[in-house]
Amino acid sequence: MTLLTDDQKMLQETAASFLAEEGSIAKQLRHWRGINCRDGFGHDLWKQFAELGLTGISIPESHGGLGLGATEAALVLEEIGRNLTPSPFLTTAVVGARTIAGTAHADRWFPGILSGEAVLALAVDEGPRHAPELTALAARRKGNGFVLNGAKQFVVQGASADMIVTAARTSGSPGETDGITLFAVATDVAGVGIDNVALVDSSKAARVTFDNVELDADAVIGEVDAGWGPLSAALKAGRAGAAAELVGVASGASALTLDYLRQRKQFGKAIGEFQALQHRAAHLYAEIEVARAAALKAAQLLDGGGEKAELFVSVAKAKAADVAGLAVREGVQMHGGIGMTDEHDIGLFMKREAVLGELFGDVFYHRERVAGLSGY
Amino acid sequence: MTDIDNFRADTRAWLEANCPAEMRQPIRSEADVCWGGRNWKFQSEAQRQWLEAMAGRGWTVPDWPKDYGGGGLSPAEARVLKEEMQRIGARSPLTSFGISMLGPAMLQFGSEEQKKHYLPQIARGEIRWCQGYSEPGAGSDLAGLQTKAEDKGDHWLVNGQKVWTSYADKADWIFCLVRTSSESKQGGISFLLFDMETPGVSTKPILLISGSSPFCETFFDDVKVPKDQIVGEVNKGWDVAKYLLGHEREMISGMGLGSGGSLGAATKPKDPLLRAAIAAFDVDALAFAAMSERFAAMWKAGEAHPASPSMMKYAGTELNKRRNELAMAAGGSEALEWDGERGGKVPRDWLRSKGNSIEGGTSEIQLNIVAKHILRLPGA
Repeated sequence: MTLLTDDQKMLQETAASFLAEEGSIAKQLRHWRGINCRDGFGHDLWKQFAELGLTGISIPESHGGLGLGATEAALVLEEIGRNLTPSPFLTTAVVGARTIAGTAHADRWFPGILSGEAVLALAVDEGPRHAPELTALAARRKGNGFVLNGAKQFVVQGASADMIVTAARTSGSPGETDGITLFAVATDVAGVGIDNVALVDSSKAARVTFDNVELDADAVIGEVDAGWGPLSAALKAGRAGAAAELVGVASGASALTLDYLRQRKQFGKAIGEFQALQHRAAHLYAEIEVARAAALKAAQLLDGGGEKAELFVSVAKAKAADVAGLAVREGVQMHGGIGMTDEHDIGLFMKREAVLGELFGDVFYHRERVAGLSGY
Repeated sequence: MTDIDNFRADTRAWLEANCPAEMRQPIRSEADVCWGGRNWKFQSEAQRQWLEAMAGRGWTVPDWPKDYGGGGLSPAEARVLKEEMQRIGARSPLTSFGISMLGPAMLQFGSEEQKKHYLPQIARGEIRWCQGYSEPGAGSDLAGLQTKAEDKGDHWLVNGQKVWTSYADKADWIFCLVRTSSESKQGGISFLLFDMETPGVSTKPILLISGSSPFCETFFDDVKVPKDQIVGEVNKGWDVAKYLLGHEREMISGMGLGSGGSLGAATKPKDPLLRAAIAAFDVDALAFAAMSERFAAMWKAGEAHPASPSMMKYAGTELNKRRNELAMAAGGSEALEWDGERGGKVPRDWLRSKGNSIEGGTSEIQLNIVAKHILRLPGA
């Protein structure tokens, strides 16, 4: 593993100060949950992402983007996680943009992503637990195109999206990786039904129904029946990104908790003086450092095309979710009664961790993958 | 070709010519490890040749200065040497506490005369060292040590007892913490070197629960030590001790990688709940391997927190204990066999691993250090 380059450190600093200032919990998350808006994030902030070039972080320089990799995306996502900043960065700038890069869809969607106007989503899950190979949503050939019938759930920011990258089955049976095809489904097409659902953390995910949705052949991303490749690539980017965001959530929760340990007095002294809490805080610190290293390693392997990228992406997602879970549980417990109030921010970290932990496969899903990839 | 490419090509060719085939075999047991020292009996001619060839180039300690017996390599060159050795599976030519513990401390705190005298001997593997730190009454509270060194004008007179002295019965010399003043706890400690053959020194091995005896009790009864064998200043040995412990913890933390590789792949667990526990372990072990890599790079670049070896030591040793617990479970009743054909390696390793989070500072002490120096919690 290599240390961050000077350019990467600069990007990290830019993202850190931008998100701490503009993306803070008070300015963004609490504001948008307070008015229960459709998107769960602010378009003005997303425009600011665009002004900094960040919406185009994964878009090639030849298309006007920054042309950066998973490592740079991870640095931004860690800051997003630390501030619980709601934004379409992961869905649109990382997963969506990477999935259509190098395809005919890039010309249509890249300009909108770059300007901060277009939002993309990814529709994979059809049941409550992540299982992409179980894709059943039917795409039948009709004339020169396809007709889609079925339903997707946990489509993050699906109601805000202009286009949903949708995994459908063109052949084979659920459980098989062959026969899956990826489609670029514009959300204004007839037959697409969107039920916008607020999640526990006030972010929005849609249940999407496809009722005889007719698509042209050019809606296909990649090759017919061979969508597993681009879908896996999209999921790898999403998982590595979610892992980095979880590291940020863990760091943010831990920082809040450490402050509280220093300030809160009981029995005439700061509760951080009690060894029972010191050891737990120190253990958490070690765990967060390990999770950060795993997330960074996964991103670097993705960028370098290393053969262990897939393994380490699952290691990173499992470890980061595990550790962020520890951080928020310890955070709420160490805050005591105030940690149970809606007024205090620590509970918001717990809610965000729950959603990110589930996204693109939870701890158990990725442990299973690590076992499978390791040959047992 | 760049300089570093040239260096790699030269190194590869030299290793090819000088590393005996036998020294490219994996380490099978403790007997394959070369510790060196006055009484060392080489396990084979190849082991001797390999040590002499490497020591001749200063490559037992590649990044030490040439004046002190090192290879004088830059960090990039040292990394290339390590990679090229790994490429052919070359064993370490010399394992020694002189290299991993005393040497770095002496480079930092020793006088020029001491460096010129001791370091080349360490590099050539001529002196085997042991570490005299813990005492029966001073374990976690190490600075409470009572072994006394009295100033007798032309020599120090040492009396007291050490415990958990690794390989004291096989060592030639000891680096030892002694009390030279009772006026201050940490400020009354000095760092003293002496020959284990000095009259008054005796050792007694301690049989561990694992069945082996890597540690000894060490007794000092009116041991006379020349005055110039103190490293650093009198009563400032605690600084040397802490610096050395940082290196020791860095070394011990590497054990988190255990024998390396996936535990699940090695044990192929069939029981679904055991398999789940092992998969959870493998995730943690791979994540820790990423941390070890990152920590090493940060440590070399000076970007790591000075107290971070404590974090690594804590995480690595706790992980290694877990690995051994799971290996026992996966082995079932066969893992209980103490002798016989399988040699009882699994249960012996399991029992030995329990000491990992005690030696070199307990896990609880490491957590105290993290809480105080990294998290800066009040009153820590």
